[in-house]
Amino acid sequence: MQFFFEVLIGGLLSGVLYALVALGFVLIYKASGVFNFAQGAMVFFAALTFVGFTEVLPAWFGLEEGSKLVFALAFVLALAAMVVLGIATEKIVLRRLVNQPHITLFMATIGLTYLVEGIAQGIWGANVRGLDLGIADEPIGWIMDSANILVSKFDVFAASVAGVLVVSLALFFQFTRVGRALRAVADDHQAALSIGIPLQHIWAIVWGVAGFVALVAGLIWGSRNGVQFALTFTALKALPVLILGGFTSVPGAILGGLIIGSTEKLAEVYIGPFVGGGIESWFPYILALGFLLVRPEGLFGERHIDRV
Amino acid sequence: MFYREAGQFKASYEEDQQIFTIRQDRVGFYAILAFFFLAVPAFANQYWLQAILTPVLIFSLAAIGLNILTGYAGQLSLGSAAFMAVGAFGAYNFMLRIDGMPFIVAIILGGLCAAAVGIVFGLPSLRIKGFYLAVATLAAQFFIVWALVKFPWFSNHSSSGVITTQEIVIFGFAFDSPERKYLISLAIVAVLALLAKNLVRSTTGRAWMAVRDMDVAAEVIGIRPMRTKLQAFAVSSFYCGVAGALYGYTYLGTVEPEGFNLDLSFKILFMIIIGGVGSIMGSFLGAAFIVLLPIFLNVAMHSTLGGAVPASLAANLELIIFGGLIIFFLIVEPHGLARLWQIGKEKLRLWPFPH
Amino acid sequence: MKLKTTVLLGAAVAGLLATGYAAAQQQQFIGLPSYRVGPYASGGSGIYGGWIDYMTLINERDGGINGVKLAWEECETEYNNARGVECYERLKGKGTTGNSVFQPLSTGITYSVLDRVAQDKIPLVTMGYGRTDAADGRVFPWVFPLITTYWSQASAIVNYIGTKEGGMDKLKGKKIALLYHDSAYGKESHAIMDKLAAKHGFEVLKIAVAHPGNEQQSQWLQIRQSKPDYVVLWGWGVMNPTALRTAQRTGFPREKMVGVWWSGAEEDTIPAGDAAKGYTSAGFNVAGANYPVIKDIDKFVYGKSKGNMEDKSRLGSVYYNRGVVHGIITVEAIRTAQEKFGKGKPLTGEQVRWGFEHLKIDDKKLAALGATGFMPDLNVTCADHEGAGKVKFQQWDGAKWKVVTDWVEGDKPLVRGMVEESAAAYAKEKGITPRDCSKES
Repeated sequence: MQFFFEVLIGGLLSGVLYALVALGFVLIYKASGVFNFAQGAMVFFAALTFVGFTEVLPAWFGLEEGSKLVFALAFVLALAAMVVLGIATEKIVLRRLVNQPHITLFMATIGLTYLVEGIAQGIWGANVRGLDLGIADEPIGWIMDSANILVSKFDVFAASVAGVLVVSLALFFQFTRVGRALRAVADDHQAALSIGIPLQHIWAIVWGVAGFVALVAGLIWGSRNGVQFALTFTALKALPVLILGGFTSVPGAILGGLIIGSTEKLAEVYIGPFVGGGIESWFPYILALGFLLVRPEGLFGERHIDRV
Repeated sequence: MFYREAGQFKASYEEDQQIFTIRQDRVGFYAILAFFFLAVPAFANQYWLQAILTPVLIFSLAAIGLNILTGYAGQLSLGSAAFMAVGAFGAYNFMLRIDGMPFIVAIILGGLCAAAVGIVFGLPSLRIKGFYLAVATLAAQFFIVWALVKFPWFSNHSSSGVITTQEIVIFGFAFDSPERKYLISLAIVAVLALLAKNLVRSTTGRAWMAVRDMDVAAEVIGIRPMRTKLQAFAVSSFYCGVAGALYGYTYLGTVEPEGFNLDLSFKILFMIIIGGVGSIMGSFLGAAFIVLLPIFLNVAMHSTLGGAVPASLAANLELIIFGGLIIFFLIVEPHGLARLWQIGKEKLRLWPFPH
Repeated sequence: MKLKTTVLLGAAVAGLLATGYAAAQQQQFIGLPSYRVGPYASGGSGIYGGWIDYMTLINERDGGINGVKLAWEECETEYNNARGVECYERLKGKGTTGNSVFQPLSTGITYSVLDRVAQDKIPLVTMGYGRTDAADGRVFPWVFPLITTYWSQASAIVNYIGTKEGGMDKLKGKKIALLYHDSAYGKESHAIMDKLAAKHGFEVLKIAVAHPGNEQQSQWLQIRQSKPDYVVLWGWGVMNPTALRTAQRTGFPREKMVGVWWSGAEEDTIPAGDAAKGYTSAGFNVAGANYPVIKDIDKFVYGKSKGNMEDKSRLGSVYYNRGVVHGIITVEAIRTAQEKFGKGKPLTGEQVRWGFEHLKIDDKKLAALGATGFMPDLNVTCADHEGAGKVKFQQWDGAKWKVVTDWVEGDKPLVRGMVEESAAAYAKEKGITPRDCSKES
């Protein structure tokens, strides 16, 4: 039983990390109806830009290497880069593809994936880098002692970051002007336009926020496994979360992440050995698929009504 | 001036229902066929046959398969590469396990295996739509590749899960040289493309399109959505499966499950988007474009920048230009190369007197 | 005037062409199917960088091989089989004598060109990847899985663990977890580990990690549950640092983790931070910039700013040094072939193949190359296309790799038996009659 809980808790915490990546997808899909496949590449780009700046800033300005100031500056610069990337994407790509079929927009974001990956590795090189946020990745002592259950400090930290992020995003959408405008745009583009909400403005903001989420996700995943190309693969972990939670729901992303994370780990541990293991690659998808058969619009997705 | 249908009258239903109703088109079509069947094998060198033309043909077939599903029946799929894998491993196992299995039959059986798997993974399409379905087809992509690696039976217990395809022999005639492999691919692709062209013009194809445009409306007019959608999944997977078998037998010779990864699925999706969604012709153009573009970029980069910039930067520039061109192309012509071809033909009709 | 200019120009062009031609005559062409983008780029840029730097060194310091300068061209494969085949076909006819050798650094591409190299008569060299049973040169005359194969490595790792435990007989009753990348590459380890387990009486616990392996919580909890004595890490890419990090959080000692050579570079340990300290890994080349050959590259290549690496600090890293090994082996095979087919002229792929098959790099030669201890000595024969089968073990001390053993050899008879069995099965399937090596010259 202790082992079961250990796996369960580990899975839930990993699930939060998946949700973090899924959040970026949700924001953009909600506001502009684009399934932004480049989100994974953006996570990679953001983390690499951050680490790249921490490497070059000390040399440029004579700052102390690894100091808090360098980290803060690098964070601001990486965030700026993400916002620029987001706004450029909106201005150069999406604005010109308005009213095109969804699949065309989707393909454009795959094109964007190549572009962003190329730019990231072209500028900063292909080296794999470490990233130390200063939080040790080791079991929390008192839980270990009292219940003999392994809970990683780092995962708890990451989960709280994700929690704070989701709550603040929810508050932002609920109580600010921009947030309200955004929800209006999500509901109906044309109606929003007709009451004077600047659509493009809102899109730029959303891409900027998605860039911020990508940066946070990139830093957390990057400090876990290193800042390297594989960060783009985090998107693949986020996709089942997305269909389970619904493309348009922020709480859905979190709940979906928790479900996917925990069931995936439990399945790997308890079913995996009977079929040779490694089922984590497809199990979340099959699970989400099975779930969709019951509820085709996901956990919190909006029910779509067909009209002839 | 030369491309004009004036004076060509359709006097019978057969004439009205031809694929190419304009004589110039027919002549052009036969000329193209003759060119690829006779002139190309006679004059093209090994590099073109083995590294360019054969893969373009095979990917065209896979693109036709995906186009049937996505372009005609409106179901987005990200698992085409996995169905190719099923076709390749299926054909391999039929050849391996049944003595005297004819090559063509094995390829068709491989395709049928893919079709069966396609039907299974097509079942959710009855309830799930759009991107939800697209992401759900990823389940097929990952599960199939996993299963092919995991169960050694599929690869005849090879230690690394890699299969080496058998020789292609048809009626005692060995297809072993690049020219012959190219020709057999071309023949199979030509026949299947023709079949697809006719299929999409038939009742079946019209039912697919009705479901694509609005499945509720289609149901109202008496089209059974379940049968139609599953049919599309089956036919599409069959085409992908045959393409996969050819990929193994006439192109690479040795295939591993990981070769059929998500990247390949995306490449095929690119082919139909760039080529033209809902166009058989577009599948060929798109496949040629996506296969040739990176090679062209690589060669161009070497001849222009060779040595001037670091190799890593040059390689990344290629990737950036590739991504940029895709986006550019989607913006400029969202309906794909097939649409450009159509526009060209209309212009040609009026030429040289546009008014 | 006009005529005169034309004639002069024509003569100048002809002269240029002639000198160009003459220069080309003296060049040995080597096609490099490289990859510098995508997930494989970090390894690719290091290996190809080291390889190109070594060839530049030969050109700059020695003026080529007996006067024959080396020429090369890169072709981006993106680690993709179809692109690799295109590169192979594009490169094979380049240069005056065609491509001398094809080394794709990708098992997938290796398989895809396996049949083609025999037809085109170009040797296919696969160092530390590719088809293991190709070590049987009787069945695979054109393929050279040089230095060592996955099976030799697995066996060497078990031997290393045995020595650590104080003798092979101590392995009895021990439990070794095999954490492998769930792919063709990872599965390559199964057969040999099962054989070795049966022979030495230890238990193998195979645990798969799905690609890409950036989440291994469940695998490591399983390891924690079953408490193996050692973990063999058969990973790739992001799976390696993740494994080290997760080992740390589940409290598994890194000193008891042994990695393969694709899990043993700076790229695998640096991202893991402190978690990597104490981790040991096999390698058929070692890290370090203190070898004469690396120093020469620094002096003759980077001194003239002709280096290929953008980041010079990577000189001496595991992947860079592996690239240098690729360079050394290629150059020495061509040199060997020149001794038979004529010094000072470019050779065809077929002739270079002979050079590979008769490649002997003994300790004296290694010393002359400035690579003593850098790579194992090599003795390739017609039957044995592997040549060495030895690895060294290096331990990560938190900042760099430190060599902790001498060259460790695997269980040669056992591995060779498996190689021959597998090669014979392949020969039967493909209808190949193995060569009779006693008749080869």
